[in-house]
Amino acid sequence: MTAALATKAKRPVSLSGLVKTRELGIILALAALVVVTAVSNPRFLSGQSVRDILLNTAILAVMAAGQAVVVITRNIDLSVGSVLGLSAFTVATMMSANPGLPMIVAILAALAVGAVAGLVNGVLVRFGRVPALVVTLGTLYMFRGITYSWAGGQQVNADELPRHFLQFANASILGVPWLVLIAVVVVGGVSLIMRNYRVGRELYAIGSSPPAAELAGIRVARNLLGAFIVSGALAGLAGVLFAARFGTVDAAAGNGYELNVVAAVVVGGVAVFGGSGTVWGAGLGALLLTVIGSALAVLDINQFWQQAIVGALILLAICADRLVAVRIARSLRKRDSHV
Amino acid sequence: MSEVRRRLASWDSIIILLTVLVLVTASFGVPNFGTGRNFTFLVLDLLPILLVALPMTFIIVTGEIDLSVASTLGLTSSLMGWFWNNGLSIELIIPLCVLVGAVLGAFNGFLVTGLGLPSLAVTIGTLALYRGLAFVVLGDGAVADFPWNYTGWVTGTIGGGAVPNVLILIVALALIFGVVLHATPFGRSLFAIGANAQAAHFSGIRVARTKFWLYVVSGAVAGLVGVLWTLRYSSARADNGSGLELAVVAAVLLGGVSIFGGRGSLPGVLAGVVLLAALQNALRLQDVSGQALNIVTGALLVLSVLLPNIATSIRASWHRRRLRQAAAH
Repeated sequence: MTAALATKAKRPVSLSGLVKTRELGIILALAALVVVTAVSNPRFLSGQSVRDILLNTAILAVMAAGQAVVVITRNIDLSVGSVLGLSAFTVATMMSANPGLPMIVAILAALAVGAVAGLVNGVLVRFGRVPALVVTLGTLYMFRGITYSWAGGQQVNADELPRHFLQFANASILGVPWLVLIAVVVVGGVSLIMRNYRVGRELYAIGSSPPAAELAGIRVARNLLGAFIVSGALAGLAGVLFAARFGTVDAAAGNGYELNVVAAVVVGGVAVFGGSGTVWGAGLGALLLTVIGSALAVLDINQFWQQAIVGALILLAICADRLVAVRIARSLRKRDSHV
Repeated sequence: MSEVRRRLASWDSIIILLTVLVLVTASFGVPNFGTGRNFTFLVLDLLPILLVALPMTFIIVTGEIDLSVASTLGLTSSLMGWFWNNGLSIELIIPLCVLVGAVLGAFNGFLVTGLGLPSLAVTIGTLALYRGLAFVVLGDGAVADFPWNYTGWVTGTIGGGAVPNVLILIVALALIFGVVLHATPFGRSLFAIGANAQAAHFSGIRVARTKFWLYVVSGAVAGLVGVLWTLRYSSARADNGSGLELAVVAAVLLGGVSIFGGRGSLPGVLAGVVLLAALQNALRLQDVSGQALNIVTGALLVLSVLLPNIATSIRASWHRRRLRQAAAH
């Protein structure tokens, strides 16, 4: 019985240990980067600098949380940058026309715009049987095109937006900015659902093997639609945060963001094969990418290196995933051969 | 008979017909579209997308993807400026840039085939890496003083007429790629790899080696396009061609190549490229913003996969109904 207990206790530990190393790696990299930068320039850890980093992370982390959910189901959502643009422009136009509207209405409108966009993606992927890469590449163009034809070269300036809307980005409770609080709640909440709730585990199952999930009686269609709606809605939420933080919104808002979001997710340890990785890992990935950007500026390294480093990090992250996958496969094979 | 009907109903014939239709309608309906001068611009505009789309078709047919092409273009363009600033001769720079492109492609190929990493993630990584290196090489400056006889050749036309010099290059490369894909054992092996890589491996096709060389070719062509792009605008910049990868993938898929691999044709892809470029050109002549065209591009891209899927499921349900009726009788 002790033996049974021991093996029972041992297996989850070794497996979760492997998974944990992935997030642990990011935390260590993050810590090393912060220490090195802070030693060479203590200003890096000043309140204002930390605040800026967290504010810059917030928008990326919110989108990365949604993207992680989609990638875990073995899909991808490339349209998030365009959804951010559409939602930011919608909200900015709405708020400049009706300055009396409370902030919560703006947030709900942004979530709704994003959710509809996500629904379109999900329906085309699931019911149109079109691969997610193709669908979201197509809607990347379409949503951006809609925003451009609507805006027609105009932009909404900060002075046209109501004061309470702009203050939202800088306001804070107990010293924590609203933007950061929202990002933490989103990343934490989605992580919790993905980790502990049935729907989350079903999404992981779908990503591990779509046909097996279907055979196991999981409602794949409903879950996939849900995943795309979450990704769209969170990109929409990022849109209102973007509008509040930057004040000036034109049709190009969020152009090319999809690359950063996918980078954050991949660096955060969510494998593009689906079925593995965590949402809070993706959040950490977003934080790491942002810290790198700030650290380069503080260390006085040519800022042009930033994108190259991001690229190298993505490659490093995929290699690490591959290594872990190979090791797991090998240990599984070994265990099978003993039976 | 049924073979002919199947051909006519296939997506590549539809897209070819659609392209001819757009070209004819635009020539008659849009003022200035049918002029020789506009033809020159049209060819120059579609040059980068078309050339990059040729190896991209091969890669997607084998079931992989290369999203780093536009960044390879940018990095070779940057390097071209840097080499030129360092006094290398243009005759040396051009082959050197193509070689650099091939090396960048080989790096992709090694990561995908040597380490077995997913090509989508790898080339998103090198998309960022190569573009970042392009900025490291040249910053946000530009190099513009390239010799006029080279820049003039790229923008010039044969004998001063309407046919641009670069059309020779386009036709030659399109012919080579077309013949290789559709009339050689190597071309057939690409379809076999895309349809089922494992089966292809067991039938003696060197899957990994083939894919590796496709990435090398893709990089080399992207390097060549980087040179042409730089010469056409007479400006080497790190952000040259940024975002082009999405347009290329869109054109290839629009041309009827399956994103899962194993299916597609080069004439379809050429039609897809021409269709997108002609639409953009015609709308611009009518003062419609190019950004609004994004809606059309995106919709066409989704429809290019959605419509065949719908057609297949309708055909399947007809077939089922006929079987049921036969059973009832």
